[in-house]
Amino acid sequence: MVEEKPTLETVWGWLDAVPDPEIPVISLTDLGIIRDVQWQGDTLEVTVTPTYSGCPATSIINLDIETALRAKGIEKLSLKRQLSPAWTTDWLSESGKAKLEDYGIAPPRPAGGPQHCPRCKSAKVERISQFGSTPCKAQWRCQSCLEPFDYFKCI
Amino acid sequence: MTDPLFEYLCRMGDNTLVLSHRVSEWCGVAPVLEEDIALANTALDLIGQTQLWLGLAGEIEGKGRDADTLAFRRDVWDFRNVLLAEQPNGDFGQTMMRQYLFDAWHLLQLKALKGSSNAQISAIAEKAVKEVTYHVERSGDTVIGLGDGTEESHQRMQKALDRLWPYVGELFVSDAVDQALSAKGIAPEPTSLREEYDTAVNAVLAEATLTRPDSDFAHQGGKTGVRHTEHLGHMLTEMQWLQRAYPDATW
Repeated sequence: MVEEKPTLETVWGWLDAVPDPEIPVISLTDLGIIRDVQWQGDTLEVTVTPTYSGCPATSIINLDIETALRAKGIEKLSLKRQLSPAWTTDWLSESGKAKLEDYGIAPPRPAGGPQHCPRCKSAKVERISQFGSTPCKAQWRCQSCLEPFDYFKCI
Repeated sequence: MTDPLFEYLCRMGDNTLVLSHRVSEWCGVAPVLEEDIALANTALDLIGQTQLWLGLAGEIEGKGRDADTLAFRRDVWDFRNVLLAEQPNGDFGQTMMRQYLFDAWHLLQLKALKGSSNAQISAIAEKAVKEVTYHVERSGDTVIGLGDGTEESHQRMQKALDRLWPYVGELFVSDAVDQALSAKGIAPEPTSLREEYDTAVNAVLAEATLTRPDSDFAHQGGKTGVRHTEHLGHMLTEMQWLQRAYPDATW
């Protein structure tokens, strides 16, 4: 039992350490899907928004949040789903975008396509498909190093 | 009469459910890997939207039915999807033509629902419109690519259009449910979307070098549930098989 309620800042710090189940190099807070953390009396309320409505990672994400917070001694926890405002890739943190690129996934750009190949940095890239291995990604290919790569779709 | 709001939410959810199941039938057998993945992704978005629509329908109904119960425990006559959604896949061209004719309507419908006076409906629409924008971009491009492609692909796309066009009109038919909801600012009058739909579809068909059929005759009976085509029952036997054979099975 936690003697005193941890501060919201502490809780955000804990959530910052929970990796995204599909792209473990970024955290849930990097992804921008944790919309709010509040104490309602002695219950901790965490508001989460889905990336895509059918994303199968959503239930795993909720489970991971619960597991992480329980491990820190949070006993009363409520997870709230919020659809509006709808998730946008604008909420990806700058550090999250940098981590994606290091991992080999081109980060989203409002221009609608990757700036360059995440591996060789060539700007000569072409789209293979608007869809990819997960709902949030599209398939692209580098025309210089010829490697295919994932692009995080801008929505 | 059943609560019009419940009926309406079933229509939205059944459209996405039935089309999603149809599209998922391509999983593993699409012409190329990228198309296989794209079709599966589209089906996944649609099933996600189904969970939201049918989940809300069950909540509104207040009889303890959730999205799964509505999807797996109703028979053909309780389904409220338009006839277009249940039409068989045919070849890849027919699947993409069906998708485009649906997507073009779906996008306009969701854009209108974003302004719904019902906050839950507007939130679902706000979420779904982003996904459907991607769907129509891809299905439109594919219709153009195949229509204005080889002689063989052109001829198949024209055949698909001729086969599916009589199912387009139902999307814009207005009935008592639509009128009740539109009076409350919850949903648009279906007829109000037709002009914009025609403009968008005519432009894509022209670029695809396809000829829009002369007749706008429309088969009806899907969204009211009065008369589905024979195809839906066959689809449901497959989709609902597990829950029919082993009710309440979970894993």
